[in-house]
Amino acid sequence: MTHVIQGNTGDWELVVGIEVHAQIISKSKLFSGSATNFGADPNTQVSLIDVAFPGMLPVINEHCIEQAIRTGLALKAKINLTSVFARKNYFYADLPQGYQISQYEYPIVGNGNVVIDMHDGSTRVIGIERLHLEQDAGKSLHDQHHSKSFIDLNRSGIALMEIVSKPDIRSSEEAINYVTKLCLILQYIGVCNGNMSEGSIRCDVNVSVRKHNEAYRTRAEIKNINSIRFMSQAIDYEARRQIDAYERGLQIRQETRLFDPKNGETRSMRSKENANDYRYFPDPDLLPLTLTQKYVDAIKEKLPELPDERKKRFIDNYKLSSYDACLLVAEQSVADFFESVAKGRDPKMVCNWMMGDFASAMKRMTRTIDNPPVSADNLGELIDLIYKNTISGHIAKEVFLTMIETGKTPTEIVIEKELKQVTDSDVIEVSVDSILESNTNKVIEYFNGKDKLFGFFVGQVMKATNGKINPVILNEILKKRLESLKVLFNEDNDLL
Amino acid sequence: MDESIFMSLDKDIVRNIANLARIEVLEDEIDSIVKELSNILQFVEQLSEVNTDDIIPMTVVADMKLPLRADVVTDGNCRDKVLINAPESFDGFFLVPKVVE
Repeated sequence: MTHVIQGNTGDWELVVGIEVHAQIISKSKLFSGSATNFGADPNTQVSLIDVAFPGMLPVINEHCIEQAIRTGLALKAKINLTSVFARKNYFYADLPQGYQISQYEYPIVGNGNVVIDMHDGSTRVIGIERLHLEQDAGKSLHDQHHSKSFIDLNRSGIALMEIVSKPDIRSSEEAINYVTKLCLILQYIGVCNGNMSEGSIRCDVNVSVRKHNEAYRTRAEIKNINSIRFMSQAIDYEARRQIDAYERGLQIRQETRLFDPKNGETRSMRSKENANDYRYFPDPDLLPLTLTQKYVDAIKEKLPELPDERKKRFIDNYKLSSYDACLLVAEQSVADFFESVAKGRDPKMVCNWMMGDFASAMKRMTRTIDNPPVSADNLGELIDLIYKNTISGHIAKEVFLTMIETGKTPTEIVIEKELKQVTDSDVIEVSVDSILESNTNKVIEYFNGKDKLFGFFVGQVMKATNGKINPVILNEILKKRLESLKVLFNEDNDLL
Repeated sequence: MDESIFMSLDKDIVRNIANLARIEVLEDEIDSIVKELSNILQFVEQLSEVNTDDIIPMTVVADMKLPLRADVVTDGNCRDKVLINAPESFDGFFLVPKVVE
């Protein structure tokens, strides 16, 4: 099932590699003791190290190293016991040092992989080339003044992980699923909040196209994409642009491009043409980072359950379908909510309720799982009432709506509204008999082969009892009753 | 031994290096800088005469490890000091000539 793009000269294949910059959640910066809170007053979370005053020396934050290792382990990657910090040299107003401290030849994390879940239920493995630690840059505001840019260095020096995929991605759908899955993994291990709008996650996308079985062609890099939707648009636009160019006999230049969300196009960043000579060299202010295998193993020991493992456990232990398990684990707090309700209950029933009435109520009320329409305890109690045959599934839907409205527990509502299901056979038999007696014509039609009327009788009994009769028991009794009447009917061709 | 690295240093490379480093170099200075930089490279290039296959690069003379810091906020909150050398600032921001793509 290879994804192809049709051109005038035949089919083309898309080749994409993605660099994700993920901000590490930490109290202080990678090489200084300044705070990292989002949205603080400009330049208040800046130390003399961040602003690169002479004589300042960087000292690395151990927590950030640990988080990079945890991420590497979560990506099933090789942890390099020796890694080296290097200076990446370029000039920009929001980079006071004149270089970014990054890692070049010797990153802290090597080859790994991410398993992505495709729309059709299949999975694909996307290779990870490397992960390295680096400093974030400051922020420039260009819209405050007609001839000046405003610079805020609060973000300058916050720890970033650059996670580089192999060029294994073959469609914009795969690109979306890759970034989504990566964010999910980062959230599961609590390394990054995965918030693209606040810039905690930013993507650079390398796009090229080729004919089937060809070597890779020249790629264009699209920088600083801050939403998954824009990323997908940028990839599709860029693929089309390159195919059109090749088919008109033109060449593609290796260059940096920007995506413009206003018109959905990418355009060349001319200023970057000569800037890609970063003259990396090992940072003389920082010794190589050396780790012991014991240290790495101890971190691995404490790694929490990851999305793929959780999905597998949901399938194995709760006997859920792969589809259901995927949906539940796609948000950590949803999976947590599910597990707290499913404890000691029928998991499939809990899952159906969460995907059904619960999910639609959440959507209708624009709530999130952290502020659910009903609590996990109350949803569990409702499911217990169904399971114990206290109420039918049908009545439960009504109770659920009342729970949302009133905030009362399902048991309270069932008692108040007298919704308790009738399971007493004698009582049900009386109702059944009275309905059959008052519908003798219909009963005869039924005996003459109009089977559908069975549903009519059920409906009539339910109507007469406000739906409080247990449908399973009702079906049994009704069937039995009709059978015994049929015997009489066959003997006499008449009903009494 | 490959001598291409320093032999290939020409005027264009020097102009490019100067531009990347944002150092103004006058046209009549270039010849002498080509010569000086070539001399430096040649000097360093002597190291290539030693066979360093399978030798781990020595990064530090003393037996030291990279010092680590705990993740605690100990610095910052000193905007006046941070902005003290800024040629222009406003409302807590540095102001620079507009740089926009």
